[in-house]
Amino acid sequence: MASLKALKMRITSVKSTQKITKAMKMVAAAKLRRAQEAAEAARPYSERMASVMASLGATVQVGPESPRLLAGTGKDQVHLLVICSSERGLAGGFNTNIARLARKKMEALLAEGKTVKLLFVGKKARAPFMRTHSDLIIGYLDQTAIKNVAFVDAKAIADDVTSRFEAGEFDVAHLFFARFRSALVQEPTEIQIIPAALPAAAAVEAKPSDAAPAAVEYEPDEEVILAELLPRNLSVQIFRALLENAASEQGSRMTAMDNATRNAGDMIKKLTITYNRTRQAAITKELIEIISGAEAL
Amino acid sequence: MADLFSFELVSPERLLSSGKVAMVVVPGAEGDFAVLPGHAPMMSTIRPGAIAVYEADMTTLTRRIFVDGGFAEVSETGLTILAESATAIADIDPAKVATDLAAARSAGNEKAVARLEAMQAAVVN
Repeated sequence: MASLKALKMRITSVKSTQKITKAMKMVAAAKLRRAQEAAEAARPYSERMASVMASLGATVQVGPESPRLLAGTGKDQVHLLVICSSERGLAGGFNTNIARLARKKMEALLAEGKTVKLLFVGKKARAPFMRTHSDLIIGYLDQTAIKNVAFVDAKAIADDVTSRFEAGEFDVAHLFFARFRSALVQEPTEIQIIPAALPAAAAVEAKPSDAAPAAVEYEPDEEVILAELLPRNLSVQIFRALLENAASEQGSRMTAMDNATRNAGDMIKKLTITYNRTRQAAITKELIEIISGAEAL
Repeated sequence: MADLFSFELVSPERLLSSGKVAMVVVPGAEGDFAVLPGHAPMMSTIRPGAIAVYEADMTTLTRRIFVDGGFAEVSETGLTILAESATAIADIDPAKVATDLAAARSAGNEKAVARLEAMQAAVVN
């Protein structure tokens, strides 16, 4: 049995760990609220963007002359996986889940004989791939310095992806991030960002009555607008992903730290009981020694 | 009281302004255009420049906002401007624009020069 002193030290250590996890939980809760607000504030823009894309999608025919961001390269050989994760650990299964989804996709693509390239935003999902597929990693965008995700950060990532696309480095790009459902539920998600999927023209046609195709005038014209819109749409999608990711990370961390705090509490309770029993046993033993010593006289 | 229509200015980060206005002059890519109630549906790209908002009636200019390019969409419901960034003209410091412009010129950053020149022109007017 552990000595009394060792037990006491153990309890103190668990207590200080509990203090840390408790503080982390509260910080995560505060950050989560801010991240959620940011995600909500960004919603109008992306909704409008989606509706503009949808109305354009209804009028523009995708053909070989369409912008390449929309039509693609006509090939389906090289896939780029853009994997967004966090820069900090201790967020429960957050990074692992994203990495697992990305790995599944990567293995499926590799099994089909496709070439896969990996681009990481945030370092935490990178580590597991570094060990097994370090030859596939083409880049890592450091997000450590960014406290609150701003649109310019997303734009920088979008520009990086676009320039690689224009250099012919890949044909199809997928984006991986965790969709924020609630503080308890985050869903690792994959979306295809290049070639852009126009939000189904069918959705517009489905309600012809209220969306009466009033001849919309385009200035300069559809193609030019589309060509300008596509890179923006890409930035917006990445921006949304980053915001959702930020909220998910904090939510996940909050839950993980709450669990850790509770576990530490349980452990302290158990250790205290052991400590008290040991102390009692020591006292009893001493008493027995004294009594039996007295009897022997 | 003039007829009003709804006007929304949205940036990726948040909804900047939303409300009923009488007229908005938008710096379209192919020239400025004014949007009045009942404007035919249209969509246009915007060049960097100032949006002029006439809130109560068509004669009093109430606000001027500098936008960095983006899109304007006019539909039956109103005018929506998707701007990448927007600043009220009143908040722009002309001296800072001038120094930034000089810096951009010497750095040969053509995009920034064009943007700052547009900003300077908007502030002067």
